[in-house]
Amino acid sequence: MTDILAELQRRRDQARMGGGQRRIDAQHARGKLTARERLDLLLDEGSFEEFDMFVAHRSTDFGMETDRPYGDGVVTGWGTINGRMVYVFSQDFTVFGGSLSETHAQKICKIMDMAMQNGAPVIGLNDSGGARIQEGVASLAGYAEVFQRNIMASGVVPQISVIMGPCAGGAVYSPAMTDFIFMVRDTSYMFVTGPDVVKTVTNEVVTAEELGGASTHTRKSSVADGAFENDVEALSEIRRLFDFLPLNNREKAPTRPFFDDPARIEPSLDTLIPDNPNQPYDMKELIQKVADEGDFYELQKDFAANIIIGFIRLEGQTVGVVANQPMVLAGCLDIDSSRKAARFVRFCDAFEIPILTLVDVPGFLPGTSQEYGGVIKHGAKLLFAYGEATVPKVTVITRKAYGGAYDVMASKHLRGDFNYAWPTAEIAVMGAKGAVEILYRSELGDPEKIAARTRDYENRFANPFVAAERGFIDEVIQPRSTRKRVARAFASLRGKRLSNPWKKHDNIPL
Amino acid sequence: MFKKILIANRGEIACRVIKTARRMGIATVAVYSDADRNALHVRMADEAVHIGPSPANQSYIVIDRIMEAIRQTGAEAVHPGYGFLSENMKFAEALEAEGVVFIGPPSGAIEAMGDKITSKKIAAEAGVNTVPGHMGLIADADEAARISTRIGYPVMIKASAGGGGKGMRIAWNDDEAREGFQSSKNEAASSFGDDRIFIEKFVTQPRHIEIQVLADQHGNAVYLHERECSIQRRNQKVIEEAPSPFLDEATRAAMGAQAVALAKAVGYCSAGTVEFIVDGDRNFYFLEMNTRLQVEHPVTELITGVDLVEQMIRVAAGEPLPFAQTDLTITGWAIESRLYAEDPYRNFLPSIGRLTRYRPPAEVAAGPMLAKGKWLEQARRGDRAVRNDTGVHEGGEISMFYDPMIAKLCTWAPSRPEAIEAMRLALDEFEVEGIGHNLPFLSAVMDHPRFVSGEITTAFIAEEYPEGFQGTTLPDADLHRIAAAAAAMHRVAEIRRTRISGRLDNHERHVGENWVVFIGDQEYPVRIRADRDGSTVSIAGQDLRVESDWKPGQSLARLMVDDRPLVLKVDRIPAGYRLRTRGADLRVHVRRPRAAELARLMPVKQAPDTSKLLLCPMPGLVVRINVAPGDEVQEGQALATIEAMKMENILRAERKGVVKSVNAEPGQSLKVDEIIMEFE
Repeated sequence: MTDILAELQRRRDQARMGGGQRRIDAQHARGKLTARERLDLLLDEGSFEEFDMFVAHRSTDFGMETDRPYGDGVVTGWGTINGRMVYVFSQDFTVFGGSLSETHAQKICKIMDMAMQNGAPVIGLNDSGGARIQEGVASLAGYAEVFQRNIMASGVVPQISVIMGPCAGGAVYSPAMTDFIFMVRDTSYMFVTGPDVVKTVTNEVVTAEELGGASTHTRKSSVADGAFENDVEALSEIRRLFDFLPLNNREKAPTRPFFDDPARIEPSLDTLIPDNPNQPYDMKELIQKVADEGDFYELQKDFAANIIIGFIRLEGQTVGVVANQPMVLAGCLDIDSSRKAARFVRFCDAFEIPILTLVDVPGFLPGTSQEYGGVIKHGAKLLFAYGEATVPKVTVITRKAYGGAYDVMASKHLRGDFNYAWPTAEIAVMGAKGAVEILYRSELGDPEKIAARTRDYENRFANPFVAAERGFIDEVIQPRSTRKRVARAFASLRGKRLSNPWKKHDNIPL
Repeated sequence: MFKKILIANRGEIACRVIKTARRMGIATVAVYSDADRNALHVRMADEAVHIGPSPANQSYIVIDRIMEAIRQTGAEAVHPGYGFLSENMKFAEALEAEGVVFIGPPSGAIEAMGDKITSKKIAAEAGVNTVPGHMGLIADADEAARISTRIGYPVMIKASAGGGGKGMRIAWNDDEAREGFQSSKNEAASSFGDDRIFIEKFVTQPRHIEIQVLADQHGNAVYLHERECSIQRRNQKVIEEAPSPFLDEATRAAMGAQAVALAKAVGYCSAGTVEFIVDGDRNFYFLEMNTRLQVEHPVTELITGVDLVEQMIRVAAGEPLPFAQTDLTITGWAIESRLYAEDPYRNFLPSIGRLTRYRPPAEVAAGPMLAKGKWLEQARRGDRAVRNDTGVHEGGEISMFYDPMIAKLCTWAPSRPEAIEAMRLALDEFEVEGIGHNLPFLSAVMDHPRFVSGEITTAFIAEEYPEGFQGTTLPDADLHRIAAAAAAMHRVAEIRRTRISGRLDNHERHVGENWVVFIGDQEYPVRIRADRDGSTVSIAGQDLRVESDWKPGQSLARLMVDDRPLVLKVDRIPAGYRLRTRGADLRVHVRRPRAAELARLMPVKQAPDTSKLLLCPMPGLVVRINVAPGDEVQEGQALATIEAMKMENILRAERKGVVKSVNAEPGQSLKVDEIIMEFE
């Protein structure tokens, strides 16, 4: 009997060594942790339950039959993060470079199926050279099996991808279909075709870092939602993100004890809006002063910074925030910001996370590059996302809400539940100067007349009261009491029930 | 007594005057420029009058504007504060002409003391010590030696036409005097074409000590003892205290008597200050007289219990002084720290912007001011006083138009060590965010052994921080206390995280006892045993008791660690905390042992190379760009001028190079670290 137990232990020890000490050392030398070390950091201490430790590949080509390590390049299972369940897979670069084989894929599929069935999120730690070339089409089939599950799980359980090494070719499409992608600076990259192929096909010379490093994907492509300095920091911050997310689409957003008075008054917000209407201010200050404990988990902060998205808590419960940022491009909507916010709104709606929208928007960005790029359809994504969302929606207009952008930003007309405005709000078709130039074109030669007309227009429309008269604004609130009012609004919406007409699915302008 | 006064000033001093006026039942009128529309002094005053655009030379120092505000509001008297029009004779005369009382000295005294040479002459005639020197022509080196002997060594030999140290020599004996005379004379001739030389006493180990005087219109004059203001940075006072740790009773009495004699000699009435330079042997020499309320007047108030503003108002209204010299004693010790909107890590460059957070420590009333009923605001009582004179508020804007001083934090305690300790805690509790400020530097000085010893001179900052300020390195004992506190706080925060909804019942996470605290690159393994009242943290072979009511998310943690208070400013950074205390700015990570082991495997990354960039060192406006792409620049060459806080700051090339691109243009507003130009 003891021998049998010892044999189990021996096999486990062997499995835990992955590709062996030499490869583990090489992994460390690259500044990366091993698959199991990463799970140690991601999950609560001692909570990891592993599946398929002894799975090995079945390939017999190219001499593979002589090398059949346990685990086959991926560690899978479940564990807890602060006591909440999560399914995980962590690719093991020390085994065949983490390459994906048929069995490797089957392991991932198994935990994804369980995650769907049991209603817990999936976190994938990606560190893989790509397809197991020796297996050919079996490997490709494996990818597709994973893709299909990513698609089915989308909107059912949250899926998070952390890119902690290479992720290239077909492999990128699994993370691409998850809800969030994070990368580790200097040690991870993602691309469909690598620098060598790029050079052969297009003659472009580019490094892997330039082509698909963390900086590229957080600033240029917006493929990634954030980047971290190293593995330790990344996994710690993923734990923090996890605490904001519900386990599945049947549960409410999580709550936890909070130590911040929901009725906290912030007198400094009364002076947040500068006297000069053309002067920017930092919308993040408002977000932080509204949030519990000033805690804001921002996503995509280096991309389309004219809109801000991320999670806060109010009375301990997660709320998604979408806010125009006057500091960047005056906070206007454009292709990038619309896409960025639309996807976030849809995530929140899919997972019953209430949405707070903070509005200071002068309109859509004009220009050929925007029109040629299809701003009509991209802008419509955000409009569509807000309009279809059935979660509690609270909106605060701080300053400008001009034109179509006013409609888009969770207006009353898009089933906004609470639409508040600060006294500094200006809700109008456009700014006074532009409006007067259209309305009084014949008087343009007379600056005095135009100035008077502009003043008239400002007096009439540069305030929230015209909209409030119509009921488009439910209440004009004091900036200082924004936290209190917003928190109470969401509290009153805890029982909200709203559903859209039955349909197979909608046809959002993708 | 007046029914209404106008305060021709802004900022903290306007607020300070308003407080006393209010206590005396006098209505107040504030004046404000465009930039000060939402300022604190405007909110505090009973009435406020707009007097023009933001620059002071179009508002606060335009006499006509102030006169107009007086007419408009019917104010009977004007308090000028300090700076602006406070020592402007024309203003005093304009008020006189309109029959409005100037809460300050007569214009004659302002005039007499306003000129360096005249004031020195008057002072000498009144029997006040002046720096001994020889202004006449000096024939040759031997005469120079004779004169130097008469003055007493060491002496400073300098060119009459000189400035900035050129043609200047210090001589400690006759030989050096002869030699110095000759070389100064030669250098002066070649540099200035004027070889006239003068010799004056060289003051060694100089301290700046000043005497507060108060005189009425009935011929009474008293002194309210001294203030030591030796902690200065480029002639800008930073920390002041009263009394001076250096003066003895005899010197104090002698200086006081001379200050009063001078006040009488110029027919002074109101509050004034006679500044002296004091050498290492307690010889003191007159520098100048300031005919106004000094910035640092609160330390005098705190040790004497006299409200100087109240006395200024009463004197201006014709009342006699209510006390005699013998009534004015020194009780306890007071220290003032000036909070400047200047970034100490960027060589004290001015910083402007929105005060996103401004939470001064709670005021505590104690000492003579409380005893005499002169405490200015509602405050809890204690045995050590905390007073904060401020002119800003959270959500206010620090603009580029005015002085960068935003608050004066004062503490009082029965003794100097206790007053210093009270200041350390008060500084740690002071929360200022949104702008760069000198709080860490002030904290560092409070812990500096030389400051603590009282062995200071006006060269303190230049000598102790020759390379500027790079933050403080705390002793190990302090780091242990901080590590213990961080671990205990982290544990509380982690336990809260385990209370999230949606947990797997019976499989909750248990927060462990063993942790490793990383402070920068130092590691401290700790073990925490928590009980009902706090926790005991084992660290570096000792047990530290940590007690606190800190809750996760609070930005200020007040703790008792090892029975001593520790105040930490707490911010979140990725996977850790930023903790600030005692002038140190620490990046702290608390990890369980396994995480600590793995964290050690992480590579140390180099900061990105910015040597080929010219970054904007402070928020400001581009005034000039002096170079164009392709230009070759030399080390030290001016590249661009940025205006911030009324100051034009010239940015110079750090090394030789070629300009690759210019990314900013004149008139553009830049943030900190925005790229102005790139080099090849």
